[in-house]
Amino acid sequence: MYNSKAVIAGIVAFLVICTSPFWANFGSGDYKKPEVVLPKKPECIESAEFMRAEHMQLLNEWRDQALRHDNRQYVSSTGKKWEISLQNTCMKCHNDYEQFCDKCHVTNNVDPYCWTCHILPKGSK
Amino acid sequence: MLNSLLVVALVAIIAWLGAAIGLGSLFGVVLPYVAIVVFLGGVVWRMVWWAKSPVPFAIPTTGGQEKSLDFIKQAQWDCPDTTLGVVKRMFLEVFLFRSLFRNVNAEIKQDDPVNGGPRLIYYSSKWLWVFALLFHYCFFIVFFRHFRFFVDPVPGCVSFMEMIDGFLQIGAPRFYLTGGLLLVAVLFLIGRRLVNPRVRYISLTQDYFPLFLILGIVVSGIAMRYFLKTDITQVKAFVMGLVHFNPISADGIDPIFFVHVCLVSTLLIYFPFSKLTHMAGIFFSPTRNLPCNTRRVRHVNPWNPPKDFLTYPEYEDLYREAMAGANLPLDKPLEAETKQKSGE
Repeated sequence: MYNSKAVIAGIVAFLVICTSPFWANFGSGDYKKPEVVLPKKPECIESAEFMRAEHMQLLNEWRDQALRHDNRQYVSSTGKKWEISLQNTCMKCHNDYEQFCDKCHVTNNVDPYCWTCHILPKGSK
Repeated sequence: MLNSLLVVALVAIIAWLGAAIGLGSLFGVVLPYVAIVVFLGGVVWRMVWWAKSPVPFAIPTTGGQEKSLDFIKQAQWDCPDTTLGVVKRMFLEVFLFRSLFRNVNAEIKQDDPVNGGPRLIYYSSKWLWVFALLFHYCFFIVFFRHFRFFVDPVPGCVSFMEMIDGFLQIGAPRFYLTGGLLLVAVLFLIGRRLVNPRVRYISLTQDYFPLFLILGIVVSGIAMRYFLKTDITQVKAFVMGLVHFNPISADGIDPIFFVHVCLVSTLLIYFPFSKLTHMAGIFFSPTRNLPCNTRRVRHVNPWNPPKDFLTYPEYEDLYREAMAGANLPLDKPLEAETKQKSGE
């Protein structure tokens, strides 16, 4: 092998970088899927599956409806009417920011910009 | 061209169907592990193979004046004569694709006023350079952003990158610029092969396949993030299971995730055996990694047999008597030798 010093250094660097996800987790305990604390009231505006996948899009849509189109009414897929409001509708039930929103957002590194306008709920960073 | 598109589509469809009938752990656990082993082993094998191959000639590309006499100006960046210079040139090549910057397009202009007829015109063409840079850097940032699924807690540099990448704050989930730009760049690189007749003529399956594969990865990723959706918390738990060598069940994850993972695994497996190894190969290119000092330093072909040297004193020893007989000048006279011998 020619230039073996440089080549071996290169191979080692390549292997270390490419396997970094494995050794970065080495020694740390098994990852646990975050468990959100669900509010007591059983009914949300849409189904849990829908909310899990689409809540961010829905909130974005709600912002546009409320602030840009002055429409404060949302009709859910079941036909029920809800007031379009983060503070008065969503956070009335989902009132524990740390135990609900933050649980998944922090671990998945999601940084929602709700709080550049809304006041960050109490009891969170 | 259509073949490679079909193969990529087939891989995606197989992954989709497989995940839909409950083979998620095959496409989500077995395949990624195999792909990583093949990728790492394959690239190391290629690197060792290249390192073992001798370089018979000094063939650095020279883009300017080689170092010569003091009053002749050397092209420092394009014709480096020292190791440091080579490192500089290599750095710029790897990070800024300088040789692509020199890309020139040749076109025949009909009815040229200067010639009064057709005329061949060369002009600088930077599009390939721009989109190649865009493609590689966006791909890197997209790859780097994925570390939020591989590490917990997520490092600050990943958050910072995401913040910069999504600074336009379009929609939710936030639109990442690099994702969109990567799609544009891949489409340009495919389009270039299809539209330009000369490039199309020399394009083969092994040129189209990686492009379509990467297009598939980008499209499935964008579709998963913005349109089809999957439970991202479940995905992170699943991926963390993989990196802890403790895989968990693939239930509750949408098939689009397995399409994405299967296409990425295909890319990893294909990587070491294709032109994509230019990632490692660039460092082994004699045209790039040799110093331009061919006029001062003799490059010895390593596979030459050992030379049988005959130095002049040895030559004289061999033919002294004949040379003395022909009255040729000798360094060591014949008499001296005979006297020495008789003296003994």
